[in-house]
Amino acid sequence: MYGFEAMTFNIHGGYLEAIVRGHRAGLLTAADYNNLCQCETLDDIKMHLSATEYGPYLQNEPSPLHTTTIVEKCTLKLVDEYKHMLCQATEPLSTFLEYITYGHMIDNVVLIVTGTLHERDVQELLEKCHPLGMFDSIATLAVAQNMRELYRLVLVDTPLAPYFSECITSEDLDDMNIEIMRNTLYKAYLEDFYKFCQKLGGATAEIMSDLLAFEADRRAVNITINSIGTELTRDDRRKLYSNFGLLYPYGHEELAVCEDIDQVCPCCDGKISSLPINFLQTILRREPDA
Amino acid sequence: MAATFGDSSSWSTALVKISPYTFSAVGIAIAIGVSVLGAAWGIYITGSSLIGAAIKAPRITSKNLISVIFCEAVAIYGVIVAIILQTKLESVPSSQIYEPESLRAGYAIFASGIIVGFANLVCGLCVGIIGSSCALSDAQNSSLFVKILVIEIFGSALGLFGVIVGIIMSAQATWPAKSV
Repeated sequence: MYGFEAMTFNIHGGYLEAIVRGHRAGLLTAADYNNLCQCETLDDIKMHLSATEYGPYLQNEPSPLHTTTIVEKCTLKLVDEYKHMLCQATEPLSTFLEYITYGHMIDNVVLIVTGTLHERDVQELLEKCHPLGMFDSIATLAVAQNMRELYRLVLVDTPLAPYFSECITSEDLDDMNIEIMRNTLYKAYLEDFYKFCQKLGGATAEIMSDLLAFEADRRAVNITINSIGTELTRDDRRKLYSNFGLLYPYGHEELAVCEDIDQVCPCCDGKISSLPINFLQTILRREPDA
Repeated sequence: MAATFGDSSSWSTALVKISPYTFSAVGIAIAIGVSVLGAAWGIYITGSSLIGAAIKAPRITSKNLISVIFCEAVAIYGVIVAIILQTKLESVPSSQIYEPESLRAGYAIFASGIIVGFANLVCGLCVGIIGSSCALSDAQNSSLFVKILVIEIFGSALGLFGVIVGIIMSAQATWPAKSV
């Protein structure tokens, strides 16, 4: 699996690999988090962050800081680094990097559609969107009345177009349908990403299949827990699970019939190795969100 | 002409009828050409990582140029051996071109060129890959630099082995004395 890649990898990937390693060195450490925990005001936080890599992004902010400003500026650092890497990348790395943004695009689309449903202002919603998932014509989403229009007006020109084939109905958008749309899109996106990584082969396929399998399993459990007690039928629930991952296919069969949160954990026993299952059990012992 | 190599249509005759000058020239070309290929390969491998890592850790640039110098040394070995080999080329009268002595000289120069060329190719590759890892780890933790440099020194010794054996082989390249 790992062959003589070191001889030719640096042609296209050497510079970017070195940059990514530099970014990794800039992540906040446990000592940084300890300092941040001891801060009393937002200005203290700004002062502590000025010694880290986030310093240049926060230093020009005027003094009455808001939490949203801090979060926005720190996200801006991520976005700048991502965009720098995207310009420097060649195929297939550039396609891979773009795949990372599709998840954020799906979240932004759902945010705007839900917000419009609840009669919020489009500008306000646009400011809440994640910057990595922005695309042109995102504001036009507020005009659409049902999914067919959503697709025809806006989404057919975006990279999300191929994920819509299962979703196009003429039903009006309401909360339930929007959640189903979000999960169907995300399922199609994960499967597409998985196929792309498998096609690349080598270390990419090996590592990404583990990460994406974890993501698929996490979403399956999430969907199960969130749909307990709602009107979502078992068949609809099963349609939202991805076609890969450690829980596929037997775990999905068991999860589809769960009616109670305590039934979820035993479904995963034996199928997922101990690390994710500890993670799962820790979450399930807490009160589930509404 | 000694007819000691079997009948005239055999492969062995075809091989020994290739002029020793051809073998010598190809040997010298390989000595310099493939060495430079190895050096260039090593330099680009090291250089791309070094430039990327130096963005966040500018202090590593001056020290890590040593890796590039080790790769460059590989090309210099190739040049030196090519110059030595070309001084071993002598012209012999046409009646003596296919003497065993001449053939031996031709093959010696060819072998010397291949030895040096390919030893330098893999040495350049080796030093390049280690140099790239050295730059990346030095950017994270500066105490690692000297330790990884030791590995690089062992790697660059490979090229030297090739040069030594190549020069010894080229001493075998004695063309027949011109007959009176």
